[in-house]
Amino acid sequence: MVKYEVEFLPASGLKNLQTDRLKNILRYIADKIPFYKQLFKERKIDVSKISSLNDLKYLPFTVKSDLRDHYPFSLFAVPLSEVVEIHASSGTTGKLTVVGYTKNDINLWSEVMARTLLCAGVIKGDIIHNAYGYGLFTGGLGFHYGALELGVPVVPVSSGGTKRQLMLIEDFKSTVLTCTPSYSLCMAEEARDMGMDPSKTTIRLGIFGAEPWTEGMREQIEKEWGMLALDVYGLSEIIGPGVAMECPAKNGLHIWADHFLPEVIDPATGEVLEEGKEGELVITTLTKEALPLIRYRTGDIVSITSEPCGFCGRTMPRISKIKGRIDDMLIIRGVNVFPSQIESVLMNIPEVAPHYQIILTREKHLDRMEILVEVVEEAFSDEVRKLEELERKVLYEIESTLGISVKVKLVEPKSIERSMGKAKRVIDQRQ
Amino acid sequence: MSIIQLSVFLENRLGRLDEVLKILKDNQINIRALSLADKANYGILRMIVDNSEKCIAVLKKENISVNFTPVVAVEVEDKPGGLQDVVKILVEVGVNIEYMYAFVEKTGDKAVVVFRVEDTEKAEEILMLAGKKILEKENIPF
Repeated sequence: MVKYEVEFLPASGLKNLQTDRLKNILRYIADKIPFYKQLFKERKIDVSKISSLNDLKYLPFTVKSDLRDHYPFSLFAVPLSEVVEIHASSGTTGKLTVVGYTKNDINLWSEVMARTLLCAGVIKGDIIHNAYGYGLFTGGLGFHYGALELGVPVVPVSSGGTKRQLMLIEDFKSTVLTCTPSYSLCMAEEARDMGMDPSKTTIRLGIFGAEPWTEGMREQIEKEWGMLALDVYGLSEIIGPGVAMECPAKNGLHIWADHFLPEVIDPATGEVLEEGKEGELVITTLTKEALPLIRYRTGDIVSITSEPCGFCGRTMPRISKIKGRIDDMLIIRGVNVFPSQIESVLMNIPEVAPHYQIILTREKHLDRMEILVEVVEEAFSDEVRKLEELERKVLYEIESTLGISVKVKLVEPKSIERSMGKAKRVIDQRQ
Repeated sequence: MSIIQLSVFLENRLGRLDEVLKILKDNQINIRALSLADKANYGILRMIVDNSEKCIAVLKKENISVNFTPVVAVEVEDKPGGLQDVVKILVEVGVNIEYMYAFVEKTGDKAVVVFRVEDTEKAEEILMLAGKKILEKENIPF
């Protein structure tokens, strides 16, 4: 199969390539997009003076609301006649975020997705069962284009219809599963209900993304399915899936920095953080045509390293698995809490399922957090004492991880709603 | 030897018990004995039914958590001191009782006590040696 040499460039070579591309894209953006033209004028920024990657920090950030404010197309750098595909992502609040692609952008997306699949270890002979949603969501088509580019058969099954999905996997002998991590667990559960052992299927590799997931969840998926489970990163504003990908070493996600220039900033001050420090991932697209973005704030919390990978030898910088989302972050009585912290606690308690729901209420001006936790069937006991012990154990573990007091409620197995796409973990009833 | 008790985890909300009981009714399952442990957020319905296997199957089909445990059902004299007589025997050999419930037989002259203990076999053996009548699945008289 092909090898993308750019992924193995020495640091100086990558930097030169990025610098050239940055200068080009800045000139292009300042010329083509009225929003940026205006912004640079207001901030008295002369993009022709930007001559190195270090100068990037003088440029303003772009945020999600900038995209919404220009709904639907007015942030595009090209006329609609040059756009060949449009996607949109539903925000939890307000308007859709719309993104467009030129023919070249689709080629770029195909390339980075082919590189993503290669990085995960997809080879000739594999069959990809693609259960990411096809439609406005970029997941389905992103993987589809990558598979076409790489020349590996893809089953465009999209999301939903779990029983049928399992039947197709068995009949087609698919070897690679692509979907959200929570849906892979939902499939495994359904498989067991049908009397089928997911670890006995031909699936050997899973590429999971579109929502943050923990190492504990990875272990569970790998065990359930008897597969290698790897993390993919992307967001529609940047391109869709295919921004960064883990190799089988599971040692950070290789970000395709020849196209997507990463920085990690302090979300409060906007200052660029040094390598290894946790902060918000910011990306500048270096080669996109329809919707190039400067210093786009992803809202995802990561750390970054430029140390080459000891396993696969790629020299592209690596970002950590997503630690959480800036906007998922809950502030409970002044303490920052990420739902993923709760998930990692539950993963380590075998008597409960990793499915949980957080209910936030406010009583007498105080935030209260209640966590519904599913007891697994085997752990359910006829003895009150044992359930009480379990409840106390879960409570203790969560409270010592979060550092705040919470309420834990054990609920029946399978009583928390399963989602086909992104899991709804938090119900905020605070007024 | 011992009899099987089913336990059902019940979320504490209006109508949940009714939902479970309706499933039993619709499937023609008769409850012989029951006790309900109540906690703030949930309850545990413990029961002995006429057809445990069928009962487990139908509840599982409805996605209700059910598990089963062996319990000791022993006949006691329906008179003052009858229960103490039995408990004493268990205490003397160090059998710890997790919980228990009792009911009176249909004929009226005997009571039946259901014990949940850690070592069911040991408890049964001790009680039999002491001349107590242990009920088995086939001869549950109620």
